[in-house]
Amino acid sequence: MSGGVDSAVAAARAAEAGHDVTGVHMALSSNPQSYRTGARGCCTLEDSRDARRAADVIGIPFYVWDLAERFHHDVVEDFVSEYAAGRTPNPCLRCNEKIKFAALLDRGMALGFDAVCTGHYAQLDGGVLRRGVDEGKDQSYVLAVCTPEQLAHALFPLGDTSKADIRREAERRGLQVADKPDSHDICFIADGDTRGFLAERLGSAPGPIVDADGNEVGEHDGAYAYTIGQRKGLRLGTPAPDGRPRYVLDISPVTNTVTVGPRESLDVQEITGERPVWLGEAPDGPFGCQVQLRAHGEVYDCTAEQVDGELRIRLATPARGVATGQAAVLYQGDRVLASSTIADTTRVPA
Amino acid sequence: MVTYLDHAATTPMLPEAVEAMTAELRELGNPSSLHAVGRRARRVVEESREIIAEAFGARPSEVVFTSGGTEADNLAVKGIYWARRAADPSRVRVLAGAVEHHAVLDAVQWLADHEGAKVDLVPVDEQGRVTPDALREALGSGDDVALTTVMWANNEVGTVQPVADLADAARERGVPLHTDAVQAAAQLPIGFAASGAQALTVTGHKLGGPIGVGALLLAKPKPPVFLDPVPLLHGGGQERDVRSGTLDTPAIAGFAAAVQATVARREAETSRLTELRDRLIGAVRAAVPEAVLNGDPADRLPGNAHFSFPGCEGDALLMLLDARGIACSTGSACSAGVSQPSHVLIAMDASPERARGSLRFTLGHTTTEADVKALADAIGPVVERARRAGLT
Repeated sequence: MSGGVDSAVAAARAAEAGHDVTGVHMALSSNPQSYRTGARGCCTLEDSRDARRAADVIGIPFYVWDLAERFHHDVVEDFVSEYAAGRTPNPCLRCNEKIKFAALLDRGMALGFDAVCTGHYAQLDGGVLRRGVDEGKDQSYVLAVCTPEQLAHALFPLGDTSKADIRREAERRGLQVADKPDSHDICFIADGDTRGFLAERLGSAPGPIVDADGNEVGEHDGAYAYTIGQRKGLRLGTPAPDGRPRYVLDISPVTNTVTVGPRESLDVQEITGERPVWLGEAPDGPFGCQVQLRAHGEVYDCTAEQVDGELRIRLATPARGVATGQAAVLYQGDRVLASSTIADTTRVPA
Repeated sequence: MVTYLDHAATTPMLPEAVEAMTAELRELGNPSSLHAVGRRARRVVEESREIIAEAFGARPSEVVFTSGGTEADNLAVKGIYWARRAADPSRVRVLAGAVEHHAVLDAVQWLADHEGAKVDLVPVDEQGRVTPDALREALGSGDDVALTTVMWANNEVGTVQPVADLADAARERGVPLHTDAVQAAAQLPIGFAASGAQALTVTGHKLGGPIGVGALLLAKPKPPVFLDPVPLLHGGGQERDVRSGTLDTPAIAGFAAAVQATVARREAETSRLTELRDRLIGAVRAAVPEAVLNGDPADRLPGNAHFSFPGCEGDALLMLLDARGIACSTGSACSAGVSQPSHVLIAMDASPERARGSLRFTLGHTTTEADVKALADAIGPVVERARRAGLT
């Protein structure tokens, strides 16, 4: 129970369904001030108090579990080192994979619980994971990384309901968090300043920004701070010959170089995903499906095939700004088939 | 039915205290008022003061009512520091036992952070005891020491401190001693004058009185060593100008009734609790042979049993016992509900693993054999399960 409305209603629904529910608030920072202060952080005193009050109202026991060390190691440090390697990680996905459905689930199982119930917007039925009915809130993308074994011990009671209805239900249940604002951004970055957060941990590493021909067109303070497809904040000194906006095409941590170019150079045709996690059997040979390449991102028709433990995805129409480190999640309609980490992309030839 | 083994956190109010307090809640009067209505309330307060003074071997004029233990500790630590430093600016050192309650430790730390105090934590032995020799060493000449504070008995592991010997050691160097007797007052005979301490903290709710009232026993000023503390609260000048604020007559009446009843039954209750406590220790050891009893095995609070369960997380043990209707404590401080490793066990040189897997069971006036049996039946399976969950 994060202290937000979703996990509160999820707990209430699970308890009402007859489960023996215990509320757990994950303390993700040993110093509550170190990551984020104020409302809607991952680990503030205010949030733990809100969670406790919700548990009181629902009438379930409540405890705070200290998962700060694991979270720091598996999520925060992973986040920093992924950026340092020129990739763009999704920490919510990593938290599901390593904390909620690993550290928390393992501890719960050992202590005699059967499952972890969360306020994620996704539907889970007989091992089949589907998008939540609220399209704007669907979180199947960040859950797809969970293995069938992990999902066998998961409950997502909110997947069949819209967020607006969840808020109304919270109100009806007398939960004070009914109108608490949604969380945004990354829970452990206090002010939403990802670049500042990374700079503090990785230091300043000035290097060149070059165009596709290798001409230096600007300077950066650290290649790690950039994301493929980024346009804002490049502060380029030399305008493009054609005067059109330029985007980050490539980040090379080895040479500490950021390459920029025109928008169409971002178009990706093929994607290689590593460490695929299948929710069923991986089909033999190529098959048609859809793929989503970032949280709440566009969905593309594609042909996918598992080859030598990797996922090869060929898009029907090019996708723009595909960042390595993000997940490529395969869907058949609203049903999740597999998830894998984007390791490499092939651009549309110019 | 809950098996309540957390009397050191708070203990049920005694019927005598409930009766005295509720009777007084129906009455009118500010004890500071000069008319008959005020005089009636004043009489209740003064009779209560006399009861408490007598029970703890002090004079009535030495009893200063406060809102509880935390306030009394803060008043003693900060107030005596300010007064002694004002009398001699070279007195800036504060000595505190390493296993003090946070009401003392954090007050002392605040003085270091904001008032230029130099804090020395006096080390304890492996049972959590401050020895007079350790205190003497920390005192040095004592010339630069504003005050010394060492608790009467430890709230976590129950070890009883040699307060009179410590007060002697401090007095030899011309330094006053404050002692937090919040836990001790419920279960041990307390003689304020005989202890040689200048200041002593007691509170109502640990001995069957209401929450929200306590007292600082404060020896008569005897410069240059004993000085009245500089007040934390300024106002109407109540309580010999040391603690302003309208006196809470109902709470004070309830507090005094609880003290009176506790002292009257102490001897019988001490042997009853000691026997139950030893049976509890035996039962836990029988079920979990590798459990480690922390604190002094003999010279401890009669109602305290504190264990480390190797390979277990204290939080997990607490939750599993809670689910079986048994209330106990990990005995350590919380922020956002997360237990920090106990500073008490760490000061006793316990390994981090031993500190993390610790659990405190405390008995009190409502504890029965059935409570001990309930724990005896539950502890084995609970420890086994918590061990499977391991240390996260």
